Amino acid sequence: MTITPTVSTDAEVTPLPATSEPERADLRRMFELITTIKQSDERFRAMLAAGQIRVTYYSPRGQECISAGFGVHLVPTDYCVATYRGLHDAVAKGVPLRRIWAEFLGKSTGPCKGKGGPMHLTDPSVGLMVTTGIVGAGLPIATGLAWACKLRDESQVTTVSFGDGASNIGAFHEALNLASIWQLPVIFICQNNRYGEHSRYESTTSVEHISERGRSYAMPSVTVDGNDPLAVYGAAETAIGRARAGLGPTLVECVTYRFWGHVFGDDMHYMPAEERQAAMDADPAVRYRQRLIEELGFAEDELTSIENAVEAQIDDAVEFAMSSPAPPLEELLTDVYAEGMAR
Amino acid sequence: MTATDLETQVERKSTAAALHDALDLAMAKDPKVLVLGEDVDDESGGGVFHVTQGLSSKYPDRVRSTPISEQAIVGAAIGASLAGYRPVAELMLIDFFAVAMDQIANHLAKLRYMSGGQTAVPVTIRTAAGGGMQFGAQHSEMLEAWVAHLPGLKVVMPSCAADAKGLLTAAIFDDDPVIVIEPSGLYYKKSAVPVGEHVVPIGVGDIKHPGSDVTLITYGPEVNVCLAAAEQLATEGIDAEVLDLRSLVPLDAELMLASVARTKRAVVVHQAVRRGGVGADIACLLHENLWGDLVAPVARVTAPNTPVPYAAELEKAFLVDAVSVSDAVRRICA
Repeated sequence: MTITPTVSTDAEVTPLPATSEPERADLRRMFELITTIKQSDERFRAMLAAGQIRVTYYSPRGQECISAGFGVHLVPTDYCVATYRGLHDAVAKGVPLRRIWAEFLGKSTGPCKGKGGPMHLTDPSVGLMVTTGIVGAGLPIATGLAWACKLRDESQVTTVSFGDGASNIGAFHEALNLASIWQLPVIFICQNNRYGEHSRYESTTSVEHISERGRSYAMPSVTVDGNDPLAVYGAAETAIGRARAGLGPTLVECVTYRFWGHVFGDDMHYMPAEERQAAMDADPAVRYRQRLIEELGFAEDELTSIENAVEAQIDDAVEFAMSSPAPPLEELLTDVYAEGMAR
Repeated sequence: MTATDLETQVERKSTAAALHDALDLAMAKDPKVLVLGEDVDDESGGGVFHVTQGLSSKYPDRVRSTPISEQAIVGAAIGASLAGYRPVAELMLIDFFAVAMDQIANHLAKLRYMSGGQTAVPVTIRTAAGGGMQFGAQHSEMLEAWVAHLPGLKVVMPSCAADAKGLLTAAIFDDDPVIVIEPSGLYYKKSAVPVGEHVVPIGVGDIKHPGSDVTLITYGPEVNVCLAAAEQLATEGIDAEVLDLRSLVPLDAELMLASVARTKRAVVVHQAVRRGGVGADIACLLHENLWGDLVAPVARVTAPNTPVPYAAELEKAFLVDAVSVSDAVRRICA
């Protein structure tokens, strides 16, 4: 699908300035990220289907360009809030694959020692502060992280990802309003994948674009093609740049398509087969690969060697996670409080 | 306004003023302490009970009035705490926890555990609670059981100005989220408060009145009710001990068990409704630990299982008073 970027036109709202062309290193890094997300997802689904692992898994396949387009502009000290469909955001924020796989498999070597799992993956060492399993709940928390960034005044920013469905919950509106009146350095990344759980966007949402909702909070808001890494890259650069410069929040709506059902194992009866097929035929990961070769001067060999290296990293991560021990039973009673348990 | 007794280093202050002093001292001591909530800045009046009055003028960037957005208030406090700050969020009334409960129950209480201890959430939530002022069913509840049920939260409730100052100070510097429930009937009551920084450790109860025949286990606004009952009972020859828990999570089980092991009788008194109340848990704890020692079953004096009524006569009947506490004591001492 082709989406023309639209920018809110309210006079009081600062327009988004034009962005630069990505450097070659960024193009390459985005390909690495997209490939890592795509191949990790494929491995998770294959192992789940084969009964080799048991994970409550929310596939981000189809949405990987969004995380990659933002990820290349972020540094580990920037804060990120993600959702249960968060593999792509975690990879792009720099959580090592070994740690992701170990946590998803509930192993003691995961960053949360197996106590968080895929819906609560947390890795503050790279700025992934919260992964929430509650739709829309990350936005208010992101405003608090951004408030801290603003108080420190060190050009640190906070990003928060959420789906189109989250724009229908109250927390979204409270957070956008607060971020706008306090001019917080936060970027609201709406990954509009056309479905909120099992319901189609059109049947649940009163506006054509989520960016219209951002505009109603006097916030610069843009809708971009979330399947085009370069479009996301540009919007991300502008939004993050504004936040770093103290110019306040931005909402970036990235229109995409969720290839698979809400959760692994769901029968997807509510997704028309032709619609899914069309989206998968226009696989944004595959299209980006083609574009790198055909338009952006990359040799196929270079991309293939990246793909092979990623596959080896995944092999290593899977081996690491599968051979890691389960958390010891004492872990049940620790970390409830700073001193373990309370009476 | 306040008479300072320099010899004992205590001053008579209202609970609201004592809470204000705790915030002021904490903000002066640690630049990471923040305050946010509805109407908390000076332009908006320093909070509905004026607890935060003066703070925004003194610490302009660190005290922020917010929109009436309870989810955003708690969420922003959580986010700032994850980034190393110590936010004190004011939720005007505990009834309004209902609109922020996702942030409180699913995030504030659980982020430390879910992250395997990687993230701390040192948020304090201050909130007013309780009836007696004809505010009706949505502005008068005592809902400590809602939060006491959530592992990961600590819950305290002072019964006097000194404990309010001490518990709030402890809450702000605690590395875990603490819900400070401030009985609304207490804000303008004056009592002796230690001058300067004053800390009441969380999880430590206090014998407010010693006795040997029965232990009245209570907290918050019912402490004064129990003290009045103890006074009445003394005239009848019953020597009642009044144990103020001060913290509901963690509970000072040691103090309770030691007291009841001595008196062999206990009455648990709280303003909240009976069903699923903290009192049931306490009664069970006593029975489990002191079954052979008790000479009577543990009694409970609570509000009935109804919303809080508006009419003054009905609200008076709803609230626990000294007469109903004394009656319960007489029944188990008979």
